[in-house]
Amino acid sequence: MNRELHAFPGGLNLPTHKELTNARSSLITPLPDLIILPLQQHIGTASEPVVKTGDKVLRGQVVARANGYVSVPVHASTSGRIIDIGDYAVPDSFGLKAPCIVIEPDGDNAWFDVKPTADFSSVDPQKLQDVIREAGIVGLGGAGFPAHVKLKEGTETAVDTLIINGAECEPYISCDDRLIREKPDYIVAGARMIRHAVQARHCVIALEEDMPEAHAALAQLVDDDIELIRLPVRYPQGGERQLIKTLTDKEVPSGGLPIHIGIVMHNVGTAAAAYRAVTRGEPLISRYVTVTGDLPEPRNLQVLLGTPVKHCADQCGYREKEGEAIVLGGPMMGMQVTNMHMPVIKTTNCVLVTPNVNRNPEQPCIRCGQCVDVCPAVLMPQELFRHARSRNYARLREYHLFDCIECGCCSYVCPSNIRLVHYYRKAKREIVQEEKTARGDAAARRRYLARTARLAHEAAEQEQEKMSVSGRETDDKQAFIEAAVARTRAKREKQKNADRSSESE
Amino acid sequence: MSALLTALAFAVAIALLLSRGTGTRPADQDHLTDLIDALLPQTQCGKCGYAGCRPYAAAITRGDADINQCPPGGQHTIRRLALLLGRGVKPLNPAFGKSGPKTVAYIDENLCIGCVKCIRACPVDAIVGAPKQMHTVIAEHCTGCELCIPPCPVDCISMLLVTRAGHRIKLKSSTLPAQASP
Repeated sequence: MNRELHAFPGGLNLPTHKELTNARSSLITPLPDLIILPLQQHIGTASEPVVKTGDKVLRGQVVARANGYVSVPVHASTSGRIIDIGDYAVPDSFGLKAPCIVIEPDGDNAWFDVKPTADFSSVDPQKLQDVIREAGIVGLGGAGFPAHVKLKEGTETAVDTLIINGAECEPYISCDDRLIREKPDYIVAGARMIRHAVQARHCVIALEEDMPEAHAALAQLVDDDIELIRLPVRYPQGGERQLIKTLTDKEVPSGGLPIHIGIVMHNVGTAAAAYRAVTRGEPLISRYVTVTGDLPEPRNLQVLLGTPVKHCADQCGYREKEGEAIVLGGPMMGMQVTNMHMPVIKTTNCVLVTPNVNRNPEQPCIRCGQCVDVCPAVLMPQELFRHARSRNYARLREYHLFDCIECGCCSYVCPSNIRLVHYYRKAKREIVQEEKTARGDAAARRRYLARTARLAHEAAEQEQEKMSVSGRETDDKQAFIEAAVARTRAKREKQKNADRSSESE
Repeated sequence: MSALLTALAFAVAIALLLSRGTGTRPADQDHLTDLIDALLPQTQCGKCGYAGCRPYAAAITRGDADINQCPPGGQHTIRRLALLLGRGVKPLNPAFGKSGPKTVAYIDENLCIGCVKCIRACPVDAIVGAPKQMHTVIAEHCTGCELCIPPCPVDCISMLLVTRAGHRIKLKSSTLPAQASP
């Protein structure tokens, strides 16, 4: 079947550098000395620990449970002992620490009691969602959105197309490519399973043209039920909105989700993980990570979640060098980190060692408009930059800051070396924080005013009570006095009468 | 002559319109108080010398209070107030206290005797409990005003730092038992 393709606006043709890693088979990383599992490895609420320091855990055992709907559990990636629950450095673009569960592996790698689900095609779609949620599966493409949420939306709305995203557009990264080549059956079966879960009419697996081996591997396995599409190489082709535009010529509305236009999209890694979770009962405890850049032996690794980045780099002969930078993720969207002891998490797709860091100082924006030309979200990056600098949140909203996918095209082309995306990320975080504070403030104001009103009411009531009590007392007294006076008068009257009568006698 | 009259009529009309907008009427004052109140942190701590954020806002409107009397709001609030009122930014007046990170109150439930004094002090009804029953702070509603601390006869309330996620709280003083130990 031939599908007409449509180019998305903006974008860049970048040197891909995938040849460094995509020809070598992946290596299963040996056990590290420590496994550090952050409680927040996904978008949504952080998970809640269910283990204590000192507990023994087995591979695949839940160590933190989902906290709320948009949340997933965290599983132990290997068997061992919990040695700490506390704040550790985690992949975070602002270098903040976050709570983690730390496991000291015992080397046995003994599995927890995991149960596969029966043949998925006969299973209720709702049940599949629960299995996928319990397996802790989130989008492995980079954003880490809990997979079950997308599936749930898929069952509630009619889904036209399920897209399995294998368009690995970011330079250097080849982990999806390697995964497809090594485990094509997982992906095709996973795609069929997710299709069953959301009851999609069409199913598409999308790859880029520079992945011929992956295409060949998948082509052997797919039937007429799945369309296998090759896309032109252009960054950011693998972006959710860009890929939808290319495949269907539809645009996801601003602030909307793909499901609003009848589309569900999952990364190939997510499909493979979902397949493992359902057919083998294995939760998400490992992933493919590309370790590349300025290293003696760049290659893809199969890494247990929680493995320190340093340990992964060591497998590729990493030696620390002066002036280099470590980037988690690709050169466009990745974050530079200073601490290599932070762990690989569910969304870590690449460890990039790069000698050429952009150290040129930022210069003033000259309004050349190159960023506008390359923006795939059709935004005006120079205006966003201006308002982000002056913290004009209202204006940032007007210019649709939250439609920015942080692809980094604008920063890449900027002749003034402005790290535009950094400003946007910061502004987004500040706005979210601001809104949260505003909500809290409004609640506090409501409670304060309610209390003030209640106290005033109570005081008024008391006053009233006092008034009426004292009023009753005075009335009584008055009556008492009057009665006494009346009695005395009557007595006197009687006396007078008696006197008069005695006088008259 | 008629032109002169028309001009006069215009002048009178404009003068009338202008006099409506001078902000001296009670309704305008209320509106300004609302705007000021919206910028205050709603801690209701009374550190500014007034009974709460709204009374302080009203005092600013009347011209009785300055804009640099709110320690929980700190420099951020002063800047925003200055922008709203068209005044210069000035540093926080140290006479009213120091600005710091947001904290929430925590009641050590082993020590609480159930005297209800903190509950009466809380300006936002964030403490639950009953006489001779253990009390506890609803962290979500606590504004960190510290008004519950002085009334407590057994000193069982401490202020904890709120982390960036807001979900969890960290120890500030060491009066608390650490993470539940086995």
